[in-house]
Amino acid sequence: MSTDSHDLIIRVGGEGGEGIISTGDIITQAAARSGLQIFTFKTFPAEIKGGYAMYQVRLSGDPITSQGDGFNIFISFNEEAYQINKNLLKEGTVFMYDGPGGGFEPEIPPGVISYPVPLSQIAKEDLGSYRTKNMVAVGAITKLFGLSQKSVEEIVTNKFKKKGDEIVDINIRAMHAGISYVEKELEKKDSFKVASLEKQKDTIVLDGNEAIGFGALVAGCRFLSCYPITPATEVAIWLSKFLPKVNGTLVQAEDEIASIGNVLGAAYAGKKAMTSTSGPGMALMSELLGMATMAEIPCVIVNVQRGGPSTGLPTKHEQSDLFISVYGGHGDASRIVLACDDVTDCFYLTIEAFNLAEKYQIPVILLSDGALGMRKEAIKRPDLSKIKIVDREKYDPESRGDKPFLRYILNESNVSPMSIPGQEGGAYVATGIEHGEKGAPKYTPENHIMMSKKRFEKMKNVEDDLPETKRIGDDPADLGIISWGSTHGPTKEAIARARNQGLKVAGLFPKMIMPLPEKAISKFAKSVKKIMVPEINYQGQFAELIRSKMGIESVKYNIYGGLPFTPLEILNKIEEII
Amino acid sequence: MLTETMPAKDYKSSVPPTWCPGCGDYGVLNGFLKALSDLKINYNEAVVVSGIGCSSRFPFFVKTYGIHSLHGRSLPLAVGVKLARPDLEVIVTGGDGDGFSIGGGHVPHVVRKNIDITYIVMDNSIYGLTKGQVSPTSNVGLVTSTTPYGSPDDPVNPIGYVLTYGATFVAQGFSGNPKELTELIKKGIQHKGFSFINVISPCPSFNRRDTFKAIKELIDPILDTHDTTDRVKALDLAFNTDGKVRTGIFYDLHKPVYHDRLDEIKRKSKASDEPDYEAIMDTFKV
Repeated sequence: MSTDSHDLIIRVGGEGGEGIISTGDIITQAAARSGLQIFTFKTFPAEIKGGYAMYQVRLSGDPITSQGDGFNIFISFNEEAYQINKNLLKEGTVFMYDGPGGGFEPEIPPGVISYPVPLSQIAKEDLGSYRTKNMVAVGAITKLFGLSQKSVEEIVTNKFKKKGDEIVDINIRAMHAGISYVEKELEKKDSFKVASLEKQKDTIVLDGNEAIGFGALVAGCRFLSCYPITPATEVAIWLSKFLPKVNGTLVQAEDEIASIGNVLGAAYAGKKAMTSTSGPGMALMSELLGMATMAEIPCVIVNVQRGGPSTGLPTKHEQSDLFISVYGGHGDASRIVLACDDVTDCFYLTIEAFNLAEKYQIPVILLSDGALGMRKEAIKRPDLSKIKIVDREKYDPESRGDKPFLRYILNESNVSPMSIPGQEGGAYVATGIEHGEKGAPKYTPENHIMMSKKRFEKMKNVEDDLPETKRIGDDPADLGIISWGSTHGPTKEAIARARNQGLKVAGLFPKMIMPLPEKAISKFAKSVKKIMVPEINYQGQFAELIRSKMGIESVKYNIYGGLPFTPLEILNKIEEII
Repeated sequence: MLTETMPAKDYKSSVPPTWCPGCGDYGVLNGFLKALSDLKINYNEAVVVSGIGCSSRFPFFVKTYGIHSLHGRSLPLAVGVKLARPDLEVIVTGGDGDGFSIGGGHVPHVVRKNIDITYIVMDNSIYGLTKGQVSPTSNVGLVTSTTPYGSPDDPVNPIGYVLTYGATFVAQGFSGNPKELTELIKKGIQHKGFSFINVISPCPSFNRRDTFKAIKELIDPILDTHDTTDRVKALDLAFNTDGKVRTGIFYDLHKPVYHDRLDEIKRKSKASDEPDYEAIMDTFKV
C-alpha cells in the first residue's frame, strides 16, 4: 500500500477520440520524469469514435499496486463523463471541467473545489481547431497541479514531431493557451501538487503488453504469429518493431487457427514461438492446442483476457478465461497455465512460460488481462544477467548408438529428447494421432495408457520450477485471501489496510494456475480460519478449480462489471466476512 | 541436396501405406518418391506436412521429417515451418476435403503471400476416411452416404481457386499417368514460390463415378503452345466447361517469395543475432 504523501490520483474522462488517452499519457510521462511511481488505468469504448473514455493515473513516491479507490482530481471533457463520475466527487476532491461553453452546467457538491476552464471555446475560437481541446486541458493541468512545463513541452513536441512542425506548433500553442487561462482567470484553491522527486535511474516505464513482448524477446522467442484482437494487439505491435531486429519473424495470419498453426510449425522446426490473443482467439485455437499437447510441441499462448462470452466486452476487464485455459479443448489435454499479476510479472513470467514450455515440451498459456495489458507502471529495470533461459533437450545422435531415434521414448522424466529438422537420423512425424515411441500411429490400449500418463506425469513436479508462491500477511490468520492475476494488486493493498486496522489477514498469490501449486495452497489453507477468493467473473472459476482439485471450500467474492477491483471493495468484503 | 542419387525406394519409410488396394494415392506416393530421388533431396532437410484424411497419411510413408496435423490445418503448420526455416524443403500433401472445405480459408492467404512450399492435393472428389460423403470437388448429383438423392452442391474448381488468388505455379496431374506426375511434382518443388499440383487420384472404394477408367477418357493434356505466363489464358483453361480433365502446367511465373520479403524487413531493422537487449530496454526510459 502506498502510504506516501505524494499519493495522488488524477482521472480524465470524456468522449472516445477527443484525446483523453493522450492527455493521460502526457501527465503520466511527465510524472514519471519527476521520479514518481505511476500506475495507470484506462477504460475506453469498443468503437473508435464516441462513447465514454477514461484515463486515470495514480502517482506516488512509494510502490503502487492498484488503481486506488477513486480519484483526487477529476477532469471532465464533457457532460457524459461528468454524469458517470459525479457520485465520486466527494468532499476534498478537485473537479476541472470544460466550461463555460462546454454544453453542460455541473452541480458542484459541497466541499468540492472546482475549476471551470473553457476548453472547447479556447480551442475553437482562439486557436481555430477543436481538436486541440485536449492540449488546452494539458496546459491547464500543468499549471494548476505543478507539472514541469519543460517536461510537458518536450513530451508534446516528441508526440507530434512525426506529423510536422505545423502540428507541433498548434499543439504547443494550445498548451500555452491553457496555461495562460489558468494564470489570468483562476486562483489555486486546492493543495494538490504533482511532486518532483529525484529521478530514478534504474526505472523503466511500460505497459503489461509491452512487458510480455520484451519478456518473449529476452526468453529467446524468434517467431510470433498473430491476429489482431483487443486487448492483446499491442503485444504484436511491440514485437513487430523489435522481433526483426533479433532475426526473428512476425506473421499476421489469416485467423487465430492459422496463428497457432504457424506457431506449432515454427516450434517443430526448432524456434521458440508464441502467439498472442484474447478469449475469442483462444477459443478458435483450442483444437490445435490439443495437438501441441499430443505431439509435445513447446509453445506459448498469451491470452490477454477481456469480457466474454462471445464478443462480450472487448475493451473491458474480466478474469473469465481460466476455465478455457485450464480445460478448453477436447480430450485429456495436459498443459501449463500461468497468470501475471503486475507489469513486472508480465516480463518475468513470460520468460518462465518459455522456459517451462521448452523444459516440458508442452503448450504454456500465459494469462494477462485488459487492465494489466493496457496499464503503464514504472518498474525496476530488470537485471538481464540474472535471468535463466531454458532450451529444450535436443536429440543427440550419439546417445542412441546404432539404435534408431525414438521421438517419444519412454523414460524416467517422461520428457523425450526432440530432434530438429536437418538433424541426421532424427526424422519423425509429429502427429495429433495417438502414437508409439517412434511417432507412428498406435492405438493399443496399453500404448494410449502409457502415453497419456507420459503427457501428464512429465510435469508432476512443475510447482517446484517456479519460485515459491508468494504469501503475505499474518500467520496464522483469521482470513486468508487467495487471488490470481491482476487482482493481486488491490488484494495486497486491501490486506495491508485491514492489518493496519488490527485484522488478522493473509494473502496467497499463485502465479501457476495449472497444475495448481497444491503444496503452497494446502499449507496456506491450514494457516487460516477462512478462505476468500476474489475474482472478476460470475462463476468463481479459480475458487471452483481449487475446490474441485483440492476439496478446499472458499468464500467466493465475484464482481463482473468490466472493471477491476478497488482495494476498498476488497477491504469492505474482508470486514464483512472475517 | 545429396551429392549422389538415392534410389526412390530408399525414400520410403518402414510404415506401410494404409490405403485400399487400387487407391490412386499409391501412384502419387510413387511419383513423389521418384521426384525426391531425381532431385537428390536430402531427406533430413525436407518436411512433409499434411492434415487429416486418407491421403494425409502420406508423411508416415516417407522417410523425411513430417507433420501429420489436424483436419484442414496442414498449410498453417507448413507456413510456420518454412518461415522459421527457409532452408528446409517443405511439401504439403492432403485431400480435396482437407484443402478446399475445412482448410479452404487458409488457401487464399498462403497463395497470396507466395510462401515457397509445394502443395500436392490428391483429389478424389469424396471423403474416403469417413467412408464416402460428398466432398467440395464432387460433381453435382453425386450419390454418397450423405447425399442419397444426389448432391445439390456445385463443386469448387481447385485450379481456378488458386489461380484467382495469385498462385505462381499451378499444375494438374493424374495418378494414372505417373510419368507426367513425377515431372509436375519435380517442377513444383523446383519452383521458387507457392506451387500447387492438383492430382486426380480416384477412390475405388467410395466414388464409383470418378473411376480410373472414367477419368482416363476425359484426360486432355495441355498443349505445348499454351503460354504458362498468361494468367487469363490459364483461367480460361481452368474454367473451360467441356468436361475434360486437363493435365500439365496451367501457370508458372516467378514472383518474390515471402521469406525474401521478411529478410528485407530484417535488413531494414538492422537485424543481429547478438541483440542488444539493454538498448531495446532504453526505449522504455522516460
